[in-house]
Formats: sequence, structure tokens, C-alpha cells
Amino acid sequence: MSVVSRGTVRIATERCKGCELCIPACKPNVLQMSTKRNGLGLPYPELLPGCTGCNACLMVCPDFCFEVYRYDEATLHDLDGEVGGHVGEKELSP
Amino acid sequence: MSKRRNLPVLNTENAPTQPARQTGEFHPGLQLTADHDLCPGCGEPIALRILLECIESLGLAERSIGVIGIGCYTALTSMIDVDLIQALHGRAPSVATGAKRMRPENLLFTLQGDGDMVNEGLQEVLHTAARGENVTCILLNNGVFGETGGHMTATTVLGQRTKNTIDGRDADYHGHPILIADLIAQLGGTGYAARGSVHDAPSIQRTRNLVLRAFENQMRGDGFSFVEILTMCPTGWFIPTPEGPDYLNEVLAPVHKLGELKSGGVHAPTESES
Repeated sequence: MSVVSRGTVRIATERCKGCELCIPACKPNVLQMSTKRNGLGLPYPELLPGCTGCNACLMVCPDFCFEVYRYDEATLHDLDGEVGGHVGEKELSP
Repeated sequence: MSKRRNLPVLNTENAPTQPARQTGEFHPGLQLTADHDLCPGCGEPIALRILLECIESLGLAERSIGVIGIGCYTALTSMIDVDLIQALHGRAPSVATGAKRMRPENLLFTLQGDGDMVNEGLQEVLHTAARGENVTCILLNNGVFGETGGHMTATTVLGQRTKNTIDGRDADYHGHPILIADLIAQLGGTGYAARGSVHDAPSIQRTRNLVLRAFENQMRGDGFSFVEILTMCPTGWFIPTPEGPDYLNEVLAPVHKLGELKSGGVHAPTESES
């Protein structure tokens, strides 16, 4: 299985108050709350492959935790055998 | 918590190393820091982002003066890189009137909550609108006095549970809510009146356009402009934080109806007329 990311986010997890507003706001449904806790003792959002860089998370976040980027070229995440860790990323061939 | 899926978690600590264009920053350029002490799930910082991005996009940062009421949002003022005046409770529209008359070239806006504007200072905003002052009043309406513990305000909708309406607001006992944007739209001095919300991304985008139009109305000198923004207060509403947006959409928005009420001094058609 492979998933394409057209964008990505930078998440300031230490500032997150765990309100979870970003989870339903994410239309590609690629944010989930962590099982780990940040310095405030709260769960924070984690990014899964498939981000489109649409800015919805950034707009709804009351704690200014998101910075959004759109890739110049989409990234293909090859997920076979990679479940559970950080994936190797390879460029889509033009 | 959302259902966990069998997908790998990506590293989001740093900016991407591959070629990418940044489309959104943590906080607007006119905001000095990102840290604040408001509750999780609060809608007011979202409205602050809208406000500052609008001022920035119109290129009016150095000509803007904000007049701030009293409420939770007052705690955000130390983050704002725009000239501000702190008004007495509910008196922001009158202070803004004075500032605008002395400095007509400046963009004057007020930032007030429903407790500040509709309870403490209802006559200030109504008279300012009726006089057709060229100022923009922005109301952050969550239907409760959030800062002082979450009790009922004049905009609390019927049936809404607050600290002093535990069984829901009852019209016979507590009276009816004041639909302030509709009231202001009726006044002859009002050039622009609208009501937006911050409960999801499309509403935030629409609300940004409403604030932009209100500021443009002021800079054209077309009279009083008003934008009411419905915001979440899960703490004051006694609901779990993630349920705030749905509660706003299902309980507040059907009474305080979203959309433009008046533009260019002309009333927008109501839902029943259109």
C-alpha cells in the first residue's frame, strides 16, 4: 500500500492543550491524538501520511500549534513492511 | 480520542527538508507570541488570528487602533502588535468614537465579548451604530461570562445550560436572548452588519471575509460596521472540549443565524425571503 502526501505540517506539541479540534477539522483524516503526553501532561496531534497542506488544522487550532507546508512535488509513502515506525520517503518519478 | 489507524507517524518536529512552500505560519505576523493562558478549545484565539490576518492583509497595521473590552480575550492583548486602548467594561464603542473623530485616517476597531457589549454596554454600541460612527465593532459571542465563571449573558440562547441557568435558560424566568447583530442591522447608521463563526475551517474562512468587508466599509467611510463572531467556550458550556464546535453549530447558530445581515447600508434578504 502507498499513500501520497502533497504537504506536511510542523506541530508545536509542547504548546498543545489537547483540545482535539484539529482531528475532525482535518478533511484527509491524517491527524490522530498521541498516546504519549507532552510537558503539560496532555496528548497532542500526530501526523499520518496523506496530508494535503490545506491549512484547516492551522485555522482551527486555538493554541497556534501548526505550521503548514505544501511540497513542490508530492511525496509517495511506501507503507509495505513499514508499519509502526517512520517511513522511508521517496520522490514520485516525474 | 480518534480511532488509531495502522499507519506510521511522521516526524513533525522540524520544517521539511525537501523543497516545499510554506502556506501557513504558527501565528500571524502581528502577533508577538503564540503562548496564552486561555482554556483548551477556546474560540477566541481563533478569532484573534482572523482579526490580525485581516489587518495585515489590508496593510493597515501601522494605522490601526484597537479598543479592548473586558473578558477572557483581554488576556490576549499582550500578544497583539497593534496600538490598543483598554476601555472600561462595555464602553469600547464610545472610546473608539472619540479616537476615530480625532484620527479619521486610522482604522478603529473594538474587540468585545457578549458580556461586555450586550450586558454591560448595550447602549454604547447601539448609540454608536445609530450615530453612524465610522468604527468597526467586533463581538466575540459565546453566550456566557467566560472570565467570571460561565454564567448567563443577554445572548445566552433559550435552553442553554450555564452556571446560573442549570436547567437551561427559561424565557419565563430569565427572559429572551438579544440577537445583537440583527438589532444593530436595523439602525440607520449601520453600513455593514454580519455574523460569523469559528466552529470549523470553512466558517473561519467566511468570517475572515466578513471582517475584511467590515474594515473596507469603515475605510470607505460608509458608517458603522459590525461583525459578531460566535466562539466556543467548552468550559463555560460544561461540555467536553472536543464537542465545542458541534455544540456551537447545533445550539447557538440556529438562534444567532450566520451570514451577512446588511451590506452597503442595504439589508440582506432573510432566509424566508430568499
